[in-house]
Amino acid sequence: MALQSLDITSRSATTTPSPGVRQTQKVAKLIDISKCIGCKACQVACMEWNDLRDEIGTNHGVYDNPLDLTDKSWTVMRFSEVELEKGKLEWLIRKDGCMHCADPGCLKACPAPGAIVQYSNGIVDFHEEHCIGCGYCITGCPFNIPRLSKKDDKVYKCTLCSDRVSVGMEPACVKTCPTGALVFGSKEDMIQHAEERIVDLKSRGYNNAGLYDPPGVGGTHVMYVLQHADQPQIYNGLPKDPQISLLVELWKGVLKPIMSLGLGLVALTGFFHYVTVGPNEVKEDANENQHGR
Amino acid sequence: MLSRRQFLQFSAVSAAGLSTSSLGILGFSATQVLAEVRQYKLERTTETRNTCPYCSVGCGLLMYSLGDKAKNAPAEIIHIEGDPDHPVNRGTLCPKGAGLLDFVHSPNRLKYPEYRAPGSDKFVRISWDDFIAKNADGTTVNRWLSTGFLAASASSNESGYLTHKVVRSLGILAFDNQARV
Amino acid sequence: MTNHWVDIKNANLVLVMGGNAAEAHPCGFKWVTEAKAHNKAKLIVVDPRFTRSAAVADYYAPVRAGSDIAFLGGVINYLLTNNKIQHEYVKAYTDAGFIVRTDYTFEDGVFSGYDETKRKYDKSTWMYELGADGYVKTDPTLTNPRCVFNLMKTHYARYTPELVSSITGTPKEQFLKVCEMIAETSAPDRTMTIMYALGWTQHSVGAQMIRTAAMVQLLLGNIGMVGGGMNALRGHSNIQGLTDLGLLSEALPGYLTLPKEAETDYKAYIEKRVQKPLRPGQFSYWQNYGKFHVSLMKAWYGDAAHKDNNFAFDYLPKLDKPHDILQVFEDMHQGKLNGYFCQGFNPLAAFPCKAKVGRALTKLKYLVTIDPLVTETSTFWENHGEYNDVDPAKIQTEVFRLPSTCFAEEDGSLVSSSRVLQWHWKGADPTAEAKSDLEIVAGIFLRLRGLYQKEGGAFPDPILKVTWNYAILSAPSPEEIAREYSGKALDDLMDPKDKTKVVRKAGEQLDGFGQLTDDGKTACGCWIFSGAWSEKGNLMGRRDNSDPSGLGITLNWAYAWPSNRRVQYNRASCDPSGKPWDPKRKLIGWNGAKWAGVDVPDFKPDAAPEDAMNPFIMNSEGVGRFFVVDKMGDGPFPEHYEPFESPLDVNPLHPKNPKAKNSPAARVFKDDLDQFGDAKEFPYVATTYRLTEHFHYWTKHTKLAAIMQPEQFVEIGEDLAKMKNIKSGDRVRVRSIRGFIKAVAVVTKRIRTLEVYGKKVYTVGIPIHWGFQGLAPNGFIANTLTPSVGDANTQTPEFKAFLVTIDKL
Repeated sequence: MALQSLDITSRSATTTPSPGVRQTQKVAKLIDISKCIGCKACQVACMEWNDLRDEIGTNHGVYDNPLDLTDKSWTVMRFSEVELEKGKLEWLIRKDGCMHCADPGCLKACPAPGAIVQYSNGIVDFHEEHCIGCGYCITGCPFNIPRLSKKDDKVYKCTLCSDRVSVGMEPACVKTCPTGALVFGSKEDMIQHAEERIVDLKSRGYNNAGLYDPPGVGGTHVMYVLQHADQPQIYNGLPKDPQISLLVELWKGVLKPIMSLGLGLVALTGFFHYVTVGPNEVKEDANENQHGR
Repeated sequence: MLSRRQFLQFSAVSAAGLSTSSLGILGFSATQVLAEVRQYKLERTTETRNTCPYCSVGCGLLMYSLGDKAKNAPAEIIHIEGDPDHPVNRGTLCPKGAGLLDFVHSPNRLKYPEYRAPGSDKFVRISWDDFIAKNADGTTVNRWLSTGFLAASASSNESGYLTHKVVRSLGILAFDNQARV
Repeated sequence: MTNHWVDIKNANLVLVMGGNAAEAHPCGFKWVTEAKAHNKAKLIVVDPRFTRSAAVADYYAPVRAGSDIAFLGGVINYLLTNNKIQHEYVKAYTDAGFIVRTDYTFEDGVFSGYDETKRKYDKSTWMYELGADGYVKTDPTLTNPRCVFNLMKTHYARYTPELVSSITGTPKEQFLKVCEMIAETSAPDRTMTIMYALGWTQHSVGAQMIRTAAMVQLLLGNIGMVGGGMNALRGHSNIQGLTDLGLLSEALPGYLTLPKEAETDYKAYIEKRVQKPLRPGQFSYWQNYGKFHVSLMKAWYGDAAHKDNNFAFDYLPKLDKPHDILQVFEDMHQGKLNGYFCQGFNPLAAFPCKAKVGRALTKLKYLVTIDPLVTETSTFWENHGEYNDVDPAKIQTEVFRLPSTCFAEEDGSLVSSSRVLQWHWKGADPTAEAKSDLEIVAGIFLRLRGLYQKEGGAFPDPILKVTWNYAILSAPSPEEIAREYSGKALDDLMDPKDKTKVVRKAGEQLDGFGQLTDDGKTACGCWIFSGAWSEKGNLMGRRDNSDPSGLGITLNWAYAWPSNRRVQYNRASCDPSGKPWDPKRKLIGWNGAKWAGVDVPDFKPDAAPEDAMNPFIMNSEGVGRFFVVDKMGDGPFPEHYEPFESPLDVNPLHPKNPKAKNSPAARVFKDDLDQFGDAKEFPYVATTYRLTEHFHYWTKHTKLAAIMQPEQFVEIGEDLAKMKNIKSGDRVRVRSIRGFIKAVAVVTKRIRTLEVYGKKVYTVGIPIHWGFQGLAPNGFIANTLTPSVGDANTQTPEFKAFLVTIDKL
């Protein structure tokens, strides 16, 4: 089973090199928003495959349900009604979830050895048995993805179906996607596929169509084709230029060894809170939803 | 920005984290990391081909069941996904189809024949024989003009055909199916 | 569907109207995205709401619910005025040149022959001029003012862009943009496919909406073509199959019809249905009616059906009046029914005017429900507060609730919208004591037959003599039944061309309906399914998905009716000389000796082009009809009528004729007349629909679907929300004259305020799916609000356009 234990690029809070003698192909999931009908099949397939069932919630006056990512909803559709030109309504529907950053802020921030692992294929996986529930990964994530479980104080997020990928299958969300808005393959092929889609979109008048593969996090293994790549924020707040917080970089480079030796985590978290700025915006109500059930 | 409330929550959680795994953070040494992925859950399953019972696209399904159908190991379906060989759905399923497992195992599946007496506020469990005896008593009329039959929308052709044959042989005219609405 | 799901990828233009394919049929909709991605196709969505189909459309135009005939009539006018039609196709393959009787008239919204007291038409004037030879008189030059083409031109000349815009609320420039895009497909090598569903059927003029669209397709030469056609997206997994098998009050399997009460003469019954050709040299397939009918009766009654008793004709019940569901619940409401069986159906939720349906059920002596899941119908007598406010003590109906298996627990076949019969296999045993529908029906039947055997009765033969030769009497197997409806030879069948050659030996399965006879030598329970289980075995279980042409035609995947054909009317994909209109997308062609190609030809295989036989062989004219003669109850040309509950006081096409406001031929029951709401009290147009996260009233019982869309809501536009001080997330009450529902409000830009005939029209969108049983939080049955009036032809209820009011709670 431990097929991928030789394919590891990095592990959280671990100073010795990772067993990475084998290099696997870099993979990526491409989400083509111009083909997405917001049906939520990906949400269902994700829960079904991972044997999770979120709470049955309520309607909040929008189509989004569950309203936010949770420890059991690892992906959600985010619906935005946008009128860039007067009279030309667009219903932009973005599948949200872990972006599997090449330079993962969560992994860098994590103080628990081996709780977050990056495989050489690019998947960033959480190993919850090592998770200490500190929530640093949440702070370290420029996309606000990981969610802490109230039940077991562990943090959960999309695994990019590492179990399926390891036996040569595509992730459950990709396989189920009715319209082919989701595709999966080598990162190189996905970029190629995106380029074809962008040509098509430009021919239909979307002059700013483009690929979202943000360099601030070293590129991602989950990418978007956007009709309006110049304005990612109109897709329900997709960050325009996501970066790992400077503090995480600092923590990773200098502070972590010192901190780990003795400093209390509570104080540290306060420190984190004080200086965290930038794209990591969390709405009050979303937070409520995340923790308040 | 992180809200103040979120900060407080993080603090509380962090404290809890410390108390339960206080050794976790002293991780300077190279703790052996078992970087395994989750076990692939379909390894010992049986695959059966079926068709989605919802809309009329007629998507092909692969149903995966546990239990090798030995006498003491009845099959139980544990996962359903799209049939990649199917020319129409090509392995995909919509949100309803992707959630079919929860239809098969819905707590609202009916398990036994039940009977509700006139004026009663509850069902009582009966046997199939009770139903047949109770329901069919005294119903030999020449033409069943005071009886109606509403056929289904998702039952098989075979069920539909046999139903039609029986309904017409009984002389029932008040006969329709979901196609009407 | 005339075509099939995968064929949509071949379209140049996709029109989604009267449906919402992306939400209701997501996996079929993939072929739209495929057409866009790889065939440079454009997608147009015309709908009262900006749906999830519209989210990926190239062009969206809003339309007032219930005004689609005005829109499509306007398209016809545009195509004719701007000469954007496929001329050769229209001339050769339609009734454009047929001369219509001089006494056919259309005056101020009413066709000739109207009887106001009966609300019915005498349709005898809706007919062609026939010559002494019995054939239709025609004018191939299309100059005769009484030819169909010119009558149609006159009829739709009234549908000017200005008037269309005024009736539909579609801004004129948006309407014209849609017309322009559609008109491009009049080129012989460009096709449009139309995908529609209950957004067209659930109107008092639903069947005519569909007809108007079909007329557009005929004008453009898009019927029979790859990437074209009229594609009805059926709503349930086997609605197609159950319709094909004739489980409707007036039908028998394979679109044969039940005799009417007056039709006691067998010969006359058959003769009426054997349609003689109306043009010289034409082949009219319904001339075989007798073969199909006799083979059905042989399948049902075996040796008890023979020549001397007219093949048991008297065993069939005769239709005294319509018995569609609206009529049946009206009768039940009047106390005329004792017992009712609901097999996998939830009428309390699915039928209009829940209050009336609930009251009707209380008047039954007994109700039997058969379903895998709990249904509201089975618990209609339970008190669920506001959701179902009844007193069980006062309800005397006995209820039997029987558990049936679900798809995963049985073998059998379903017919998809593509007309493909697909076999499926059981994966697990039934839960607890659940039984298959086959066993349940067999159990009831055997018990009743036993009683008739014992007690006799005036006429027990139809019950006692019905064939029941199954290996296990109480559990007929799906395989046995499939073989029965597919058909077999009862005697050796000889080759009609060489009487010494045996084509099929007695007892063998037939290859198809071409082998059926009317002398009792064949038995076949559903002629259109014939061949599905031949001597080659169960063709419905075939799994070879190879597509040699690349057009998506997989002839060895399962089995399509009729004759495994994948594109109906495909003879029309070739010009009269037998060459494909579009050589790049060739389905079939005349090869000098016969018709052949990648699909099974929909034609007499050896009829040479010079025989001048026309492609639409199921019509006795041989051509597609613009003028539908007497086939519809409400007019030979579609005309826009207002929904029975309309925000307008008049029909803008006939402002001075109140008789022509609503469909003059739609049936309205007396008690329902005062159940229509007025626009003064109920000013907003409501329309009901499905959401992609749910399936009908089933998935509220599945946790995953309940998570995805948990709570009942209604959708309104921003203007109405502002007027009523409603914000997204507020709870609101929506009321019609028939009742109310409460739900969460979703305020959206996706529902626009429309300018209709000088007034503002606001739309309230009402998703169905909720009820008082399920894992999802309880909700109100949406059909609490809907009116009990049906289409003039199909009696399908008008769920898609009615009036409500809305208030913040």
